[in-house]
Amino acid sequence: MDDAGSTTHEQAAGGPSGDPSDRRPDRPRLERRADGALVAGVCRGLAAHLGVDPFMVRAAFVLLTVASGIGMAVYGVFWLMVPGEEGASRPAARRDWVQLLAYGAVAVGLSALTWGTGVARAALWPLVAGGVGVAVLWQQADRDQRQRWVMPLRQRWLRSLIGLLLVVAGIGGFLVQSVNPREARAVLIATLIILTGVAVIATPWVVRLWQDLDAERHERIRSQERAELAAHIHDSVLHTLTLIQRNAHDPREVQRLARSQERTLRTWLYQPRSDPDRTFAAAIREVAGEVEDAHGVPIEVVCVGDTALDERLGAALQAAREAMVNAAKYAEAPSVSVYGEVEGDQVSIFIRDRGKGFDLDAVPDDRMGVRQSIIGRMERNGGRATVRTAPGEGTEVRLEMKKA
Amino acid sequence: MTRVVLVDDHQMFRTGVKAELGDAVEIVGEAGDVEEAVSVIRATKPDVVLLDVHLPGGGGVEVLRRLHGMVPCRFLALSVSDAAEDVIGVVRGGARGYVTKTISGPELTDAIARVAEGDAVFSPRLAGFVLDAFAATDVPAVDPELDRLTQREREVLRLIARGYAYKEIARELFISVKTVETHVSSVLRKLQLSNRHELSRWAAARRLV
Repeated sequence: MDDAGSTTHEQAAGGPSGDPSDRRPDRPRLERRADGALVAGVCRGLAAHLGVDPFMVRAAFVLLTVASGIGMAVYGVFWLMVPGEEGASRPAARRDWVQLLAYGAVAVGLSALTWGTGVARAALWPLVAGGVGVAVLWQQADRDQRQRWVMPLRQRWLRSLIGLLLVVAGIGGFLVQSVNPREARAVLIATLIILTGVAVIATPWVVRLWQDLDAERHERIRSQERAELAAHIHDSVLHTLTLIQRNAHDPREVQRLARSQERTLRTWLYQPRSDPDRTFAAAIREVAGEVEDAHGVPIEVVCVGDTALDERLGAALQAAREAMVNAAKYAEAPSVSVYGEVEGDQVSIFIRDRGKGFDLDAVPDDRMGVRQSIIGRMERNGGRATVRTAPGEGTEVRLEMKKA
Repeated sequence: MTRVVLVDDHQMFRTGVKAELGDAVEIVGEAGDVEEAVSVIRATKPDVVLLDVHLPGGGGVEVLRRLHGMVPCRFLALSVSDAAEDVIGVVRGGARGYVTKTISGPELTDAIARVAEGDAVFSPRLAGFVLDAFAATDVPAVDPELDRLTQREREVLRLIARGYAYKEIARELFISVKTVETHVSSVLRKLQLSNRHELSRWAAARRLV
């Protein structure tokens, strides 16, 4: 009927009930079973536990219900008291005290109302006992089940409000019914004093509970951050350190790796999270990083202001990339400075190196680099490019573009 | 020769800086945390303190606060941090300049000499931060003299951000190096004294997330 695997697992996990049948490995523990359940799996679980056919158990319940109604009650009690099947991925059950409090208020209000209006004064104590019992059972009951039952009352504040209204109505009803108007004032004061007393007793407890919850939430956030940091360091930093050790003989490659890692880490730590596909500053940093990686020359980027990318700025970035590549490849400078600036709708990019420079007029017309991919591209898109250079003087390319 | 105290919590980094500076300056003391820094600086009275932004015990800002008005020395902040609030914080705390730790030996020597003479030292990144922080907005300035940069100051800062040295800036703007220095010192003063609320708001907006 059952595979032995699940039985041993359940035994290892242990059960809250001291059911002696737990010691017998061939008899499964009493629990509601999801497989083959008709209503809540009570009969199915009971049958498995007792080792009889589920049909027999179901028939017994039906008979008991038809005969005296007790069958339904017993079923209900089993439903509430018997735990659901383990391993059916239930979230770790945590007592929802706030919810209990709200329901407690509802119960108290209801009993006060019935008592006060004289509906069921004789049945008060059974009612109170019943209420407490229901509340306890409620807490024990399956969380999912409860949520299905109380859909309309899910909002905590709504529940608390209804409870409060009931309490007020109950007390009011009681006063109107059974207190002589002259004493009403005294009774009201006494009631208030009692309620205040209860509040004073309960407040530290509630506050404490609240703080615990808060502390737990903070701890969870912290541990998530730690995990993210650890993952990041593991994925990128350790990886780079390994590569550096392997390339120890090649200083250029080591420098490139270190720079690239530094850039990644800095972006991760200090830059506001921004999307290089959408904002200018992030895009220019990304372009500079790529050129730096490809050509091994450090590129220092400074950006002032930021704006959303559009097609024309995309073209300006292409031109800037070309200028950076030229500087990295031909200037023989130790580093390249890039300065991007957004001022109103005017966007400027400066790419500067202190390298050997060149004679712009001496560049033959058929050389595509500077003329076509920088100056030409900027002009086609309604911008402007100026190249300032002379042999031995370094080079500065200035790109200007109006935002579309 | 310029007498210098090195404050940094990484022994390795202090050793490296000492080696790079060589005989150009005289290192009269070293410290690894705020307490030590305060006592070493008060004991040795150096000309320039190279001050790390991140230090155990409250950071470089705390050293500046504790020594405020007590020693005549000048501070040059040195950091690996790119965080705007660190940079702006330490400059507003009283440092005469800010350079990153990737700076080369000769450049550092140059920066120390400049700070020792009372001038300000701005890295391209700091210049970018300042331009950003003082960016023209519609908000009226409380004190226009302190809360706005002049056109000339903006030009100078822009050139620093573009990677120009002071000498190159002077040539570019047809002014003397001394005038460039004056402009930069004036920007530093505004940065330190302006109560312009965008400044703090801007730095806070760039806070680590």
